[in-house]
Amino acid sequence: MGKTLYDKLWDNHLVEQREDGTALIYIDRHLLHEVTSPQAFEGLRLAGRAPWRISANIAVPDHNVSTDRTERLAGVQALKDEVSRIQLTTLDDNCAAFDIPEIPLDDLRQGIVHVMGPEQGATLPGMTIVCGDSHTSTHGALGALAHGIGTSEVEHVLATQCLIGRKMKNFRIEVRGPLGLGVTAKDVALAIIGKIGTAGGTGFAIEFAGDAIRGLTMEGRMSLCNMAIEAGARSGLIAVDETTLEYVEGKPYSPKGDEWEAAKAFWSTLHSDDDAVFERELVLEAADIKPQVTWGTSPEMVVDIGGRVPLMSEMATDTARSGLKRALDYMGLEEGQRIEDIEPNVVFIGSCTNSRIEDIRAAAKVARGRKVAGGIKQALVVPGSGLVKQQAEAEGLDKILLEAGFEWREPGCSMCLAMNADKLSPGDRCASTSNRNFEGRQGFGGRTHLVSPAMAAAAAVTGRFVDVRTLEEMS
Amino acid sequence: MLAFTVHSGLVAPMDRANVDTDMIVPKQFLKSIKRTGFGPNLFDEMRYLDEGQPGVDCSGRPLNPDFPLNFERYQGASVLLARENFGCGSSREHAPWALVDYGFRCVIAPSFAEIFNGNSFKNGLLPIPLDSDIVDRLFAAMYETPGYALTIDLERQVVIEPNGEEISFEVDAFRRDCLLKGLDDIGITLQSADAIRQFESGYQKTYPWLFHRLEV
Ligand code: SF4
Repeated sequence: MGKTLYDKLWDNHLVEQREDGTALIYIDRHLLHEVTSPQAFEGLRLAGRAPWRISANIAVPDHNVSTDRTERLAGVQALKDEVSRIQLTTLDDNCAAFDIPEIPLDDLRQGIVHVMGPEQGATLPGMTIVCGDSHTSTHGALGALAHGIGTSEVEHVLATQCLIGRKMKNFRIEVRGPLGLGVTAKDVALAIIGKIGTAGGTGFAIEFAGDAIRGLTMEGRMSLCNMAIEAGARSGLIAVDETTLEYVEGKPYSPKGDEWEAAKAFWSTLHSDDDAVFERELVLEAADIKPQVTWGTSPEMVVDIGGRVPLMSEMATDTARSGLKRALDYMGLEEGQRIEDIEPNVVFIGSCTNSRIEDIRAAAKVARGRKVAGGIKQALVVPGSGLVKQQAEAEGLDKILLEAGFEWREPGCSMCLAMNADKLSPGDRCASTSNRNFEGRQGFGGRTHLVSPAMAAAAAVTGRFVDVRTLEEMS
Repeated sequence: MLAFTVHSGLVAPMDRANVDTDMIVPKQFLKSIKRTGFGPNLFDEMRYLDEGQPGVDCSGRPLNPDFPLNFERYQGASVLLARENFGCGSSREHAPWALVDYGFRCVIAPSFAEIFNGNSFKNGLLPIPLDSDIVDRLFAAMYETPGYALTIDLERQVVIEPNGEEISFEVDAFRRDCLLKGLDDIGITLQSADAIRQFESGYQKTYPWLFHRLEV
């Protein structure tokens, strides 16, 4: 019987299979950031343990960092938020004490950990990759087995280079046919979550397949795998192909020379066999997928741009009815309301889902020659890394965005989770390219609508949610 | 780690589906570099009427009178009864830390998000999955009965209702074992250190590019 991509990656890293069904899995790459690591380092210290293999680790600050240029230029020590500053300096101190490579805050390569990893070639096909962050699923786009872990597991990986796990089941989601113009990987991700729900992938590793997926750029594939966790799956995966190899070649930490040739030969085997068995399969037609907008407080509360907020009468159970009522109250919406009548007052383009160069290009394309609408009090564009920022500036995208009235910021997680100064105020309504629309996620009392970068830019320039495909540039 | 064998405690409700980790402990509290002290900020946005800030004493903050955990009858609760997909969202271990710090030892729900489930076991918090109709029944009994308490016997894998009836549940055998004994799983893994070393040396020969230090 053939193997799935996930089976291959799992088998290749299996150190020990135990009788109780658990297994010891070897970890190739461990990414660290300031929020989920301090207690793990503390644990190592208390137990008198040393990291097992330092070369497996790389750290970068991202969650707490200021995106304000002046504040950033002044360095970590000048950061106004004292609690954030302590967490950032704790990362620096721990990396120095344990000799772990860290990309510092003032480095051009600094960025959101899931943007930095692939960009540097620190995450590669065939690897097992973990990080104390659930969106580690992003790296599955390279044909790697990548998932988020908690702080105890951060400590476990540091100390043993392994994790104790159980094999997940295989779930293939195939998206057939080409995606329509103006429909992006983000829309595919949201459409899938709308279909299977936020627990739909629990217990599975999801492999995304089909010509629509093959046709995505690496940036698009990362956006899609990033959201696998919002469908409940710790890992999302995409087979290695030419697009993957082209992307990886020449990255700073990618293998070179003979090692490159050997790696390439191995990586080319990283796809599911034709006769592989998936415990679950789902097929979607790309032509059916339209730009998506979430209306509620869970990513599964999502509809097409032309759609409406659901009606109470459409809910099947009491829990569903009270869930809808609570979401509508929180979001300040009416049942049955048209999505195109919803008017955001804040726009956020960024996060590990959508802050790569292609995302900035998509936003700039819509913004070109237009102005941010009067009802929008803030429209933020936060590139995912210093390198994305540099590339965008080389292409003149920053000018287009600034001219239209967007703010152009320094890289970091920013308003995705509002641990820094970038946050919504109570009652604000945000068109956001991030991945979670949970209550309070972007700031206390803030309301989040998840969309693609093009849709967020379209909302910024029109002051409401519109089908980006109807804006001239797209036709 | 805190061991869990048999526990009896007052039951409190979290009567909604998809309770996410941002609800369990909002992000501003993730700036702490400690593992403890998150209890006063458990469910912060629902529990208080104002916006919580790290390092601020919560005893003077206005409580939300509509939030069940603030009701007199649920004070001292140590078993949380919840709905589908409890703990979805981020990988933050601060979520179980906050639940444990508040005093919870057990969460009963029809289903749990995976990362949260794993994180809970590592912190002495037992997540028990029960069929949703059983959960419905427990909710009803709890609402009807002031002082409603349950006993959980992890060794025998049963929840014992006040009338003595037992509901059995399934949890991962390895995790159950660690929790019963309060074992640190790093210690367990390090017992396999030779196997890891052996794997590693063979692996390094085949995939040498994975072993270069990333010079920053
Ligand atoms: S951008 Fe948002 S989702 Fe991504 S790592 Fe940062 S906080 Fe997490």
